[in-house]
Amino acid sequence: MLRVSLAKRRAGFTLTAAFAAPTPGVIALFGPSGSGKSTLVEMIAGLLEPDEGQVELGGTVLTDTRRGIAIRPERRRIGYVFQDGRLFPHLTAGGNLRYGAKRAGAAPPYVRFDEVVELLGLGALLARRPHELSVGERARVALGRALLSQPQLLLLDEPLASLDVARREEVLPYLESLRDRLSIPMVYVSHQFDEVLRLATHLVLLDSGRVLADGPVTDISLRPELRPLIGPDLVGAVLDGLVTSVDAPGGTVQLAIGAGTLQVSLRGVPVGARVRVQLLARDIILAIQPIQGLSVRNALLGTVTEVSAGDAAGVLVAVDVGGARVLARITEAARQALRLRSGDAVWALVKAMSTRGHAFRVPASPEPPARSPS
Amino acid sequence: MSAFPDSAELEALRLSLEVACRSVAFSLPLAVLVAWVLTRARFAGRAVLDVFVHLPLVLPPVAVGYALLLLCGARAPLGVWLRAHFGIELPFTTAGAALATAVMTFPLMVRAIRLSLENIDRGLDAAARTLGAGALDRFCTLTLPLMLPGILAGAVTAFAAGLGEFGAVITFAANIPGVTRTLPLALYTAMQSPDGDALALRLALLSLALGIAGLLVAELLARRVRRLLGR
Repeated sequence: MLRVSLAKRRAGFTLTAAFAAPTPGVIALFGPSGSGKSTLVEMIAGLLEPDEGQVELGGTVLTDTRRGIAIRPERRRIGYVFQDGRLFPHLTAGGNLRYGAKRAGAAPPYVRFDEVVELLGLGALLARRPHELSVGERARVALGRALLSQPQLLLLDEPLASLDVARREEVLPYLESLRDRLSIPMVYVSHQFDEVLRLATHLVLLDSGRVLADGPVTDISLRPELRPLIGPDLVGAVLDGLVTSVDAPGGTVQLAIGAGTLQVSLRGVPVGARVRVQLLARDIILAIQPIQGLSVRNALLGTVTEVSAGDAAGVLVAVDVGGARVLARITEAARQALRLRSGDAVWALVKAMSTRGHAFRVPASPEPPARSPS
Repeated sequence: MSAFPDSAELEALRLSLEVACRSVAFSLPLAVLVAWVLTRARFAGRAVLDVFVHLPLVLPPVAVGYALLLLCGARAPLGVWLRAHFGIELPFTTAGAALATAVMTFPLMVRAIRLSLENIDRGLDAAARTLGAGALDRFCTLTLPLMLPGILAGAVTAFAAGLGEFGAVITFAANIPGVTRTLPLALYTAMQSPDGDALALRLALLSLALGIAGLLVAELLARRVRRLLGR
């Protein structure tokens, strides 16, 4: 577990944040700029002193203002990947990597130099100096350097923020393989929701120095607190499911989700893989009776659990489809026409194609596996 | 000096080089320390130290030499103590000339080192901490190599300026042939003597050549270091 409870007052800004999240796993701190994400990770790293609070990792107290405990950053064994990389300009990429490795202490390393070089594709870069690297390459070297210090926890403070979309796509798979192949706990700071969806197991929502909500990503995706942070277009249930069958020629797979199955457009995943999909609320159609003759591949029968008050973006309807919940956005006029209320039975219609681009490999641990029907 | 008894130029050149070398060697470690303290440390009296270090820039060099005489002269307390405990004789010696030169060029050195220190991204220090590097470790492996351009620039500037230091040297160490008569002092002496015109011109040209060489070396060094640091 990573337990954090911290307070810090600065001119015109107060941060009071507490959360606890299981480790290993990827804990995402998500919120707009200025919400206190970086301040929070700096305090976890020990680089910034909190006014009061505690930080505890795996049973070890790193910070406790009441007991006067403040382990120095150089003793915490917490790796930190900074937004700007912060590679040492007078050392080569290899020298930067070894800087952390040399100071890792006596404990046997759990990641080896060669392993990191291979994992992050750094082989060709080792002899180069930071100024001879592209931004994406620098981000990867910074990641490798932090890893080789054999940290108990890896803090990633918007490591992709300075990269354009193409470069982000170049680095993200490396982060995914870190998560899946080394079971190192990570705290991932981001204000990009798609990065959070791809990487996180646990989500902490931050705004104006406060934690709005925290929990597994699948749970938080349904929470109203998330909606203002990502805007109406990105609202939608996130579901983790097991691939039960693959239609390779058709480019779709069947996912076991809740008590039902969902056909989604996805290639290159085998049976048994865990897959995360986001069903955007605006893509979901609700029907109060079975519908024939539509191209829609998924009709999930469920019960309306909640109908949110209408606003400019329409009405959000939460539907329980046998243990899993989905969100659908419909117009106020449609809600009135269907006379939708909590407890009503409805079919949620989901196009297999509409999940495309939101299908990500799900973290292997430590989230409970998708509630399988058997 | 007996090696070149007739060559006043060579003797003055050799002395100037020796004085400048010794002054740089003596003041460089101290300048690094003072620059670091003035940039990174927070303490009461920092402003006082800052002013004190810069005093030689604004005082008449003769006044600095006079102050040194008051402090380290033959009968001054520090001078007596140095002679009693270390056998160090400062006034009217080459070492004294080097000390006077060091004091005069110290602010130049500190300024150059400080400038490069201020340019170091403090974030690198935080990054090194998270990688497990303690304070001394960070200073040796990060701060020192990154301030190397400033240290080199400071050393070269101080060396070049030290070759020509006049007022403080002549006041504190006098004008003794073969001991403290450096290039500028020899030039001054030649100008004072009725038949010294030719010698004075040769000494002046020698100073000019030395100055140009110094600036060239400084530029080459700076380029090399910049390339090494990738800037």
